[in-house]
Amino acid sequence: MPEKSGAEILIDGLIEQGVDTVFGYPGGAVLPIYDALFQQKKIKHVLVRHEAGAAHAAEGYARSTGKPGVVLVTSGPGATNAVTGIADAFLDSIPLIVITGQVSTLLIGTDAFQEADTVGITRHCSKHNYLVKDPADLAATVREAFAIATKGRPGPVVIDIPKNVQVATAPTDIKSNAAQRFHPAGEAEYALINKAVELLANAKAPILYTGGGIINSGPDASAALRELAELSGAPVTSTLMGLGAYPASGEAWLGMLGMHGTYEANMAMNQCDVMLCLGARFDDRITGRLDAFSPDSIKVHVDIDRSSINKTVRVELPIVADVGTAIRQMIDVWKGRKVRPQPLTEWWAKIKGWRAVECLNYPASKDEIMPQFAIERLYAATKDKSPIITTEVGQHQMWAAQHFHFEGPNKWLTSGGLGTMGYGMPAAIGAQMGNPDALVIDIAGEASIQMNIQEMGTATQYRLPIKVFILNNEWMGMVRQWQELTYESRYSESYSDSLPDFVALAEAYGWKGIRCDDPEKLDDAIAEMLAYDGPVMFDCRVSKKANCFPMIPSGAAHTEMILHSDEVSGTMDDEAKALV
Amino acid sequence: MHIKEEFAERHVLTLTVDNEAGTLARIAGMFTSRGYNIDSLTVADISEDHATSRITIVTKGPPPVIDQIIAQCERLVPVHKVTDLTEAGPHVERELALVKVSGTGDQRVEAMRLADIYRARVIDATVNSFIFEITGGPDKIDTFVTLMREVGLVEVGRTGIVGLMRGQGPS
Repeated sequence: MPEKSGAEILIDGLIEQGVDTVFGYPGGAVLPIYDALFQQKKIKHVLVRHEAGAAHAAEGYARSTGKPGVVLVTSGPGATNAVTGIADAFLDSIPLIVITGQVSTLLIGTDAFQEADTVGITRHCSKHNYLVKDPADLAATVREAFAIATKGRPGPVVIDIPKNVQVATAPTDIKSNAAQRFHPAGEAEYALINKAVELLANAKAPILYTGGGIINSGPDASAALRELAELSGAPVTSTLMGLGAYPASGEAWLGMLGMHGTYEANMAMNQCDVMLCLGARFDDRITGRLDAFSPDSIKVHVDIDRSSINKTVRVELPIVADVGTAIRQMIDVWKGRKVRPQPLTEWWAKIKGWRAVECLNYPASKDEIMPQFAIERLYAATKDKSPIITTEVGQHQMWAAQHFHFEGPNKWLTSGGLGTMGYGMPAAIGAQMGNPDALVIDIAGEASIQMNIQEMGTATQYRLPIKVFILNNEWMGMVRQWQELTYESRYSESYSDSLPDFVALAEAYGWKGIRCDDPEKLDDAIAEMLAYDGPVMFDCRVSKKANCFPMIPSGAAHTEMILHSDEVSGTMDDEAKALV
Repeated sequence: MHIKEEFAERHVLTLTVDNEAGTLARIAGMFTSRGYNIDSLTVADISEDHATSRITIVTKGPPPVIDQIIAQCERLVPVHKVTDLTEAGPHVERELALVKVSGTGDQRVEAMRLADIYRARVIDATVNSFIFEITGGPDKIDTFVTLMREVGLVEVGRTGIVGLMRGQGPS
């Protein structure tokens, strides 16, 4: 019987799953796998500069291509450095396969060199994990791992492989019994679909509240959502993770909802009579104060993960199903019954009134670049190129969500659940690897970008023409904004001191660097960035004191939005302070 | 500001799980990481091929939290089935305890007499000590242990409860 080493079996398993790109960093406990990688040509390895970068790059690759991202790192620090990315993928439901080296099974538990309890550490921030102790189990493990990572609610799966298991051999023709014990939800029960359609059709003030689940369900789900919105005439809002599922140019689009969502989206959520939640999870950034959240609506929640239903908000009609399939079922029922929705004239008149508030307006300036203006100009210059946008975390992320507009899914990659600073540049690298011809831009802040700045070298090495557009206001802006709202402007450690010269830094890495602080020259500078066939770091010097509005302060209801900075008070009670 | 405690009710959950490394840590750890309580937990292999284990967990929480606990358990890959015995209807719960008491004279006689009333068996004896084995519902065992404190309790070991649904036929 032919035998292969564990490392070779692993590589075969990855190829069988259609893997073409792996993001990783070598080290002692994965040398056998790196040697097996060296001897094949089907999988391209992207050498990052820090394992956190590998995990975020794989997330960017996964989110932009719809395929699982694969990470390969060594034991101990290699694995622990990747943990933030694993946790990030867990909260945002991104399919990842993370292969970690481990010390030999004979050394496990002895505090060996570069030993860490990787399965212990990642147990509660991964969808599942394995410690493989026999190369004969590897093929089946890899198959099950890919099934678990990609099916149902996607998520990261960790496979920890001790070094001696990578070296030891096993027969290659083992029959697999994998993927038999994982049964995600698919179709919804028609009784529930009928009820949902009835509720939606009879609603006088319906709303479709959509989330990242639609993106995860695949492009068909986005197409189905558009059709359902058209049939029902209901307005559509989305979470941060779901942007692009419904086109921002669509008539029914209200903009993003939640803490930094639009006035019209949040007011419509508050006043609706039927809420159809599609692949979103009533996160605290969405609901604001729970007891004041959409008090008079009947809520329908479609989610593939039962544990997301009734977790924070009780709903009247829970539907555990794949959201794309469920929407398609609703459309079938709707058309089959020739349902006629209520005329929503009154509802849309109300919405028109809320839209007239023009909540995203900001004070214009001729002397300095307003950060919102910078995003608007970037959008205007790139919208015809269907760019993939990644972000870091903070004010720039929210401004990007508000002022950049998305027409399709898989174009917006941001760290929503975990809120990981340093996500954007490696995610852009992963997205560019998966979409070589796409325009990929990381909209960053000057503080966040420094958290994984070492990945500039990766972009240089693989000639990835990513653009990093830094809204540089010399502050950890979101921290400062909260200190203004909550702590009477005591700016504890939120100033970005000792910043590098980003243009010189870009040049040091072989990138192009551009700096702009003049609103008049901004368009030309953006054009220069886009014209350059290589990576660019754009240091966009923006107004230092601008804050991100509208905003629902923590502990407040949707109806208590702060629209402009002059409404900001300087303090909050302890109950509100205790909320994140 | 003070931290508020919520009303909690007791539920007995049974889980059928794959008997593989890490399953117990995954379940117990999920309770800890999501802030749920475990009052007691028992686990043992129950299948002929040693592939399946049954876990009985006694937990406390407000009803929505209990519902969430069940959903979170079901989400774990090695967990096949979760039953809430408390919700599901008539069921039996049993626990075993070993209780060591030490004493002489009247105290020793009284310990023996109480053990007899509670149908505890003597499984070890020396001239100045006994170990009793007692099975029953958790309340019975609590009461017995309380009584034993008065007559020289030295040590207690408890298994935590196991539970099963009652049979369906006429009883």
